[in-house]
Amino acid sequence: MLYREAGDFKTSYHADNQTFPIKFDRIGFWISLAIAFLVIPFVINDYWANAIFVPFLIYAIAAIGLNILTGYCGQVSLGTGGFMAVGAYACYKLMTAFPDVSIVIHIILAGGITAAVGAAFGLPSLRIKGFYLAVATLAAQFFLVWLFNKVSWFYNYSASGQINAPERFVVGVAVTGPNTAPWAQYMICLVFLTVCALIARNLTRGTVGRSWMAIRDMDIAAEIIGVNPLKAKLTAFAVSSFFVGISGALFFSVYLGAVEVGEAFGIQKSFLVLFMIIIGGLGSIFGCFAGAAFLVLLPVALKVLGVDVLGWPTDLVAHLNLVIVGALIMFFLIKEPHGLAQLWRLAKEKLRLWPFPY
Amino acid sequence: MSADFLYGIEVVINGLMAGVLYALVALGFVLIFKASGIFNYAQGVMALFAALTLVGIMEGQVPFAHLINALFGTEVHHFGWEVPALLAIAFTVLIMIGFAWAVQQFVFRHLVGQEPIILFMATIGLAYFLEGVGDLMWGSDIKTLALGLPQGGSLAVEEWTAGLGGDDFYGFFIDKLDMIATIVAIILVASLIIFAQYTKQGRAMRAVADDHQAALSVGISLNFIWVLVWSLAGIVALVAGVMWGAKSGVQFSLSLIALKALPVLMLGGFTSIPGAIVGGLIIGVGEKLFEYTIGAPFLGGATENWFAYMLALIFLVFRPQGLFGEKIIERV
Repeated sequence: MLYREAGDFKTSYHADNQTFPIKFDRIGFWISLAIAFLVIPFVINDYWANAIFVPFLIYAIAAIGLNILTGYCGQVSLGTGGFMAVGAYACYKLMTAFPDVSIVIHIILAGGITAAVGAAFGLPSLRIKGFYLAVATLAAQFFLVWLFNKVSWFYNYSASGQINAPERFVVGVAVTGPNTAPWAQYMICLVFLTVCALIARNLTRGTVGRSWMAIRDMDIAAEIIGVNPLKAKLTAFAVSSFFVGISGALFFSVYLGAVEVGEAFGIQKSFLVLFMIIIGGLGSIFGCFAGAAFLVLLPVALKVLGVDVLGWPTDLVAHLNLVIVGALIMFFLIKEPHGLAQLWRLAKEKLRLWPFPY
Repeated sequence: MSADFLYGIEVVINGLMAGVLYALVALGFVLIFKASGIFNYAQGVMALFAALTLVGIMEGQVPFAHLINALFGTEVHHFGWEVPALLAIAFTVLIMIGFAWAVQQFVFRHLVGQEPIILFMATIGLAYFLEGVGDLMWGSDIKTLALGLPQGGSLAVEEWTAGLGGDDFYGFFIDKLDMIATIVAIILVASLIIFAQYTKQGRAMRAVADDHQAALSVGISLNFIWVLVWSLAGIVALVAGVMWGAKSGVQFSLSLIALKALPVLMLGGFTSIPGAIVGGLIIGVGEKLFEYTIGAPFLGGATENWFAYMLALIFLVFRPQGLFGEKIIERV
């Protein structure tokens, strides 16, 4: 009864173009924002922040980035881990080189640097397509990880080869370093995620996003109707890497604090983010959130169930986790290749007509 | 001849041997890709799984022992017998064929007609699934594969070639296992080619690779052919798994070799069996030579991790379909 367009009259073009055309959705959006900003920070504790909320927020940013490239522009990338590493190391170098500048600016700059690197690695996409491109992005993944391992300038010649986030403050509150309160970690990630999601959502509705989708659907046809493939593909790589870089910077500075590149940003990370957008839904911003939430929650839930409730050994549960994730991916692809976002869309279609079936 | 030059040749020979192993993994990819258009990311995990199964059967491990123990509180781990290698290989082949059938029946039959990228992602899911199942079945500790294959450098070759250089040169160091791997790979490729050229099923397989609809219309069962190529890929995976496993132990890193096979495929082209072999050799030699001449002296080593990908990437910019791949024709 509530979920209706009927009676919700639009009197301006602005109102007609809004992100959530149905009033109920708008209210839901504002309520979830209010909960995220005004309720969770006051009840969050260390376990919830570290196990669920902070990784969820950071992976959601990375998923938005990859979804722009893969879901909207159709260029499969297996180099997400490498680009996250660029973000992390750029952030680290900036933090140590300019200690007086705010970390927020550092993170944004780290995103910018990653965007440049991403665009450079996106250049071959003009010649190479499909699987060949997916494999080509692996070159980025392995080369970047190797680079950060071998060139000691990137980790300031520290003996361990690790990078450690120094303590930094935003409006007087520590957001990195050992003395960070869980709510501060949560808040900075949340602010970044909200801004990123808004930018991504509006980019994908505009000219740039349409040219990406045209390239995705058929690049030759898109070229014929006047989409510049060079511009579209490189902007997709740059914007995508920008978000991925921000998530990498947050992952290092806010979440982990200390990072060893092969471990934190290896090929597994690339696949994890790719799975998030497949399960969530390619070409959907909501799907990024759903996929990230799903794949962050699943191991935690399995661990709680397996180790804490049933008392099984940890390694057994870890193996079961692999089996279940793998099986779920195949199941989703068979049942719903468009992911959780499509299920959500179908549910909304049904809701609009409820209680009538047609 | 100067010793440096001879060592260079040694590096090339060792690179060729490593390349053979890359080519073995790449071969499995090409078989499936040609016949069904599925880019099978799980090939490396299949190699791992096959090797794990072989070791498990040979040592008489109880499958899923870990899980059974956790569920029922029992303490089972071994049956207490040891299976001879040949019998164990036969069992493993049967298991791989069963796996091929299951994959076709439960996954890819339902995905016919989907976009290639969806199929690719399904194989990534399959890789995770299979890795988890392998760990659950046989445990995740590193296992040694005791097939009785000779290992270590071959003394005969060393003595034989020592006279070639001056006093600084002690002969070529070539691993016996690599030589056996090369011979096995040659036999495998030869028998695959004979199978594809001269048997009924092999012809049907090539027909499916050429054109699905035309093959269907002359009465070839696509389903059967797909099970067949997955089984063949499983057997190739077993051979690759045994060779790599004998070299460096059966462990998770085995499945990462599949990733190494990707640049091999890009160089050779996804649709060409000779391409897979030539690509494997180029990558094997290229990365060893690069490490020997530039990587280790100037770049701090470990360039083997990425060199193959970079080589393939640069190469592809000039020839997007690989060395032997079919020309990509795009229509609107």
